[in-house]
Amino acid sequence: MPRRSFRRYNTLIVCIRRLLSENKFITGNEAVVLGAIEGGAEMFFGYPITPATEILEGWIKTATEDKSLQYLQAEDEIASGFATIGAILAGKKAFTATAGVGHILMQDPISMAENERLPFVGIIAQRGGPSTGTVIYSQQEVNLAALGGNGDGLRIVYSASNVAECFGLSSKIFSTAWKYNFPTFMLTDGYLGKQKISTELKKPLKPYPSRKILKEDFSNPTHIRNCYGSEPEFAKVLQRNISDYKYLIDKVAESENYKVSGATDVILAHGSVASAAKSAVDNLRADGHKVGLIRPITLRPLDTKSIRSQIKNAKRIFIIESAFEQFARLLVYVLPEVASKMIKIFKPAVGFTAEEIYKIVKEQK
Amino acid sequence: MKTQNEQFGMPNCLNVISKPSLFCPGCGESMILKHLGCVIDHEKLQSKITLAIDIGCTLLSWNYFNFDIIQTHHGRSVPVSVGYKMANNKRLVIALMGDGGAYAIGLQSLLHASFRNDPILAIVINNTEYSMTGGQMAPTSLPGEITSTSPLGKNASIFGPAFHGPELVKQVSGSKSFIARATVSNPTMMETVMTKAINTQLGGNFSMVEILSICPTNWKTDAKESFDFLSKLEKIYPVGEIVKKEKNEK
Repeated sequence: MPRRSFRRYNTLIVCIRRLLSENKFITGNEAVVLGAIEGGAEMFFGYPITPATEILEGWIKTATEDKSLQYLQAEDEIASGFATIGAILAGKKAFTATAGVGHILMQDPISMAENERLPFVGIIAQRGGPSTGTVIYSQQEVNLAALGGNGDGLRIVYSASNVAECFGLSSKIFSTAWKYNFPTFMLTDGYLGKQKISTELKKPLKPYPSRKILKEDFSNPTHIRNCYGSEPEFAKVLQRNISDYKYLIDKVAESENYKVSGATDVILAHGSVASAAKSAVDNLRADGHKVGLIRPITLRPLDTKSIRSQIKNAKRIFIIESAFEQFARLLVYVLPEVASKMIKIFKPAVGFTAEEIYKIVKEQK
Repeated sequence: MKTQNEQFGMPNCLNVISKPSLFCPGCGESMILKHLGCVIDHEKLQSKITLAIDIGCTLLSWNYFNFDIIQTHHGRSVPVSVGYKMANNKRLVIALMGDGGAYAIGLQSLLHASFRNDPILAIVINNTEYSMTGGQMAPTSLPGEITSTSPLGKNASIFGPAFHGPELVKQVSGSKSFIARATVSNPTMMETVMTKAINTQLGGNFSMVEILSICPTNWKTDAKESFDFLSKLEKIYPVGEIVKKEKNEK
């Protein structure tokens, strides 16, 4: 390509990139609010809890400028979850954000949404547990988000690992929820939500539309229940839900592979830990260490097909998480072959630095 | 010409499929639903109503009417109604629950809906006990009342006296709210109160109606005894519109 036209071509690319993305100096929680709006969110219901509070505050601040956005600071998380459901029934893209013990209370509405196949959307800003625990960070809400409630955990759970992803996934979860009609969550944590960085926010895809679930047609009324009179009748409903869930796995599950090609050591990590692991992989690779990172973006369902093919040649698999066995358990159930090569690095409620992960992999005999 | 429903003395908005009714013989709830249906017919509101129901015996009404019905959890029909109404303020939203849902597990939401003056109508069926689970003591059980969890009679010094829900909710309500108590022994008054409550919502305000009801199955009473106990309830829980107590009133 002659130099001049190459320059023109380059300018064109830059223009397109600018149209599809912008650089912002922004916190993770601010990115969540912006992303949700991109995803078509219209209403927010919440109750203050660290480290999710800035999402409630950020939404309300935006709503004071944009009158089409509605909100309610409810009396507790149970009410905010059920009011979210009320708005969803009316066809609005509504969501909530919570953490820790609030996330526990939220299981009441979420289990109803799971039963009635409602597109419930929640942001879970993880904090330490059990109980009040600590207020900023952990990866201990994986079990509750993925398998909480008194059902079989037919939910979709994403895990964001940086501020840009807080934006992108916060938009995407609305489309996933409304398309497949399962409760859908994005896990973050307080370090992710409160860090302020300059990052590129890519314009998300066109959102999937919402629709009225209670159709307001009295000649053909919508009657929705979550309680059934007979076990076989309910079993049929659950079988249908399970088969719908199995259908969505290939369409929804996603993961990122980073320098996995040729790696004999593979790190499996999600969220903030995966971010640290990425830097560690760079440094280890610079030392000539054959290591790569597999980062599930969805924890439930897991991107089993891709992960299985990526770990085939791995000799050792490091599972690193700020929790005790939560992510590992989800993983080993669907990928039992991981178990024999697994090196468990579990630190409930505590974070990992890149240097620490570098050392762990380097010094592992 | 009379419609099929009218021939059987039933409101037109009632869903024929829901018959025969799932309620026990003699249950007060089917009477309440029938009169609610009559009010909806009379006010020509069938096309505007959305009903949210609790669990407990109210869940048996999940397909009772020909308009949208959402069955929720115990004490949660109120917050679902609040969210729905915010999203769709053209609808008339009714939350239907029992006294356990309203005054025990769901009291927080009921009080705050009243406190915020959310424009919804909460209908609370008060039969002084948890009926679906077999007649356990409720906040509304009368002192001395025998239930499966107060086999020696409710000890008011331990479990509190008879719980006056509407009176409590009224204390935090806005000046334009309408809160009243009715009874299944007086259907005309019940319909009047329901109509007024619906009109309160049309005016953009919170309304609540508690209806004293009978539960022959768990009370283990026949027809006469059921209404005898109901008249005892009416003496302890006065029917009519509830008025806010002023602060200096003793």
